[in-house]
Amino acid sequence: MSSRKSLSGDFFITGDVACAEGAISAGCRFFAGYPITPATEIAERMSERQPEIGGTYIQMEDEIASMNAILGASWAGVKAMTATSGPGFSLMMENLGLGVMLETPCVLVNVQRAGPSTGLPTLAGQGDMMQARWGSHGHYSIIALCPDSPQEMYQLAIKAFDLSEKYRTPVLIMADEVVGHMSEKVTIPPPEEIKTLPRRKPAVPPEKYLPYVPDADLVPPMANAGEGYHFHVTGLTHDERGYPLMTAEAQDKLIRRLVNKIDKNQDDIIMLKEDWLDDAEVVVCSYGISARIGKFAVERARAEGIKAGMLRLITAWPFPENRIRQLSKKVKAFIVPEINCGQIALEVERCSSGRASTILVPHMGGGVHQPHTIIEAIRKALK
Amino acid sequence: MTQEYSAGRYYPGELLREDRMPHIWCPGCGMGSILHGFLNGLHQSGLPLDKVAIVSGIGCAGRVAGYVKLDSFHTTHGRAIPFATGLKLANPELKVIVFSGDGDLVSIGGNHFIHAARRNMDLTVILVNNFTYGMTGGQFGPTTPLDARTATSRYGSYEPTFNVPNLAEASGAVYIARWTALHLRQMEQSFTEALHKKGFSLVEVISPCPTLYGRMNRQPRGLDQMKYYQQNSIIQHGADTRTVGIELNGKITVGKFIDIERPAYTDIKTRVYEKAFAPKPAAPAKTTAEASSK
Repeated sequence: MSSRKSLSGDFFITGDVACAEGAISAGCRFFAGYPITPATEIAERMSERQPEIGGTYIQMEDEIASMNAILGASWAGVKAMTATSGPGFSLMMENLGLGVMLETPCVLVNVQRAGPSTGLPTLAGQGDMMQARWGSHGHYSIIALCPDSPQEMYQLAIKAFDLSEKYRTPVLIMADEVVGHMSEKVTIPPPEEIKTLPRRKPAVPPEKYLPYVPDADLVPPMANAGEGYHFHVTGLTHDERGYPLMTAEAQDKLIRRLVNKIDKNQDDIIMLKEDWLDDAEVVVCSYGISARIGKFAVERARAEGIKAGMLRLITAWPFPENRIRQLSKKVKAFIVPEINCGQIALEVERCSSGRASTILVPHMGGGVHQPHTIIEAIRKALK
Repeated sequence: MTQEYSAGRYYPGELLREDRMPHIWCPGCGMGSILHGFLNGLHQSGLPLDKVAIVSGIGCAGRVAGYVKLDSFHTTHGRAIPFATGLKLANPELKVIVFSGDGDLVSIGGNHFIHAARRNMDLTVILVNNFTYGMTGGQFGPTTPLDARTATSRYGSYEPTFNVPNLAEASGAVYIARWTALHLRQMEQSFTEALHKKGFSLVEVISPCPTLYGRMNRQPRGLDQMKYYQQNSIIQHGADTRTVGIELNGKITVGKFIDIERPAYTDIKTRVYEKAFAPKPAAPAKTTAEASSK
């Protein structure tokens, strides 16, 4: 078994398994989780693989504990991840906020199923997109990535860890049941070809270290527990020393920085996949499994001579406001298929500000869109 | 100028964040004595301070993490134990201490408490029990004695109470001691012992809250509650934890109740992994007869 320290080559595996392997390639050596469909296979894979590579798998008593455990592990200097689905995602919201406030690198995977509540545990949904953005209380910014294939589950797991270290924030992988459970070819490169970002360490000795003095990009270097820094961090509003400070001024300074370190670095964070946008009159804007079907619909529309284009959101949060604004000045309409009653569509509508129309193609969950529903929306948009 | 301190005592600049003084605790509160006792116990433990981390939840006792000059984490309400679990497992070199209150650890964090004890996670938990939610103004909680008046039990509490040592023992803790804020020396010794105990160790300290709990239960000054402890505490090492529940103005059994050996979480895990990953003995070569019979 020890020969499996690092895998490389071509594999026919599910998105969930690919996600676990991507995390391992990124250097994830701590996984805490709680079984939940359709994310369980990530935990199962991690329970098998982490012992092989000297990492930790722990099955916590619930998702609240899982989220906290990965925060603790990250503060010990270890790359840490958890994976869940709707009900567990709700439980993780409390301490996602703690992760944001303490500026803790970690990765949280949500293999979305249809909700609300227990909903359709084994069937697809994309109803947690706004929860991903706003689910923990208070105002903050977050990074969320949306893989559309097992291969991308692998790659975005690596990217998520890099972003979490670079910006010192929890990063969400907002997958869905179809992408999590489908099996496809996944290519895992040899370990020496995988480049990952290390943690940004303090450049000053412990006696001069203040945990929340940011670098120019608004992100502070991070000491780990056990390194002699004797730092304090708190979920309370705090100053650069990490000490609680109960004033509006301290709140203003802290929250502006937490939001700006993500929002002002949008250009570095946001990843989009664009097809046929140059002459597009109508643009299908989607993410995850819905984007795959959306792209198929765009291809069909092109075959009919319709000038349709595809904008796939690999990064859903921060939302690619600027790109939607640019496009809204030259296209007639955005078609937004998603497996909910309209969440990302609201953002598209906001950013296009009436310059282009936004047409939602909703699916209530439990399956995926039929391509013709999207094609019909494209045709209708140009009438 | 160097100052001399008596043997075995910590000096404040070593362990306290003096730039955070004064602290937020009320006059008459037990937290000052308990923190002092804890720091002496930590000092006496001889543990290397670079490798000690402290995690608190939310509440009056939860503020301890902010005053101690260690790697210190002030987390969310009830979640200190799972945070500490991640910290400990990701860096087993660390001694991880959870310092929090009764509401934090056995109400909102009750599930984490029993599961960490069940796993025999290598953590030292210091639970300050003042019988009430202090930070929010003195409401009843799972440790509030029956009939006690609080901000949300104006006519007397009618909820049965957790007996914390018994809960911990039933869940699997390997070290359990209880003292009151009056028992400074004994408390220090228990802290030191708990810090050296491998597995889930618990020290419960009964603490006065004259401002809220005491005021509503005829002990309005800190001194009243200390006198109550003095007159009603019974030291009984090895007491059956089923008998140590606390009733309103009743006797308080204190002492070291449990000090047993049980493999800690990582010990059992290591054993299982070692067995699973042990090199397999080479299969004996097949005899010609076996090979030909196939």
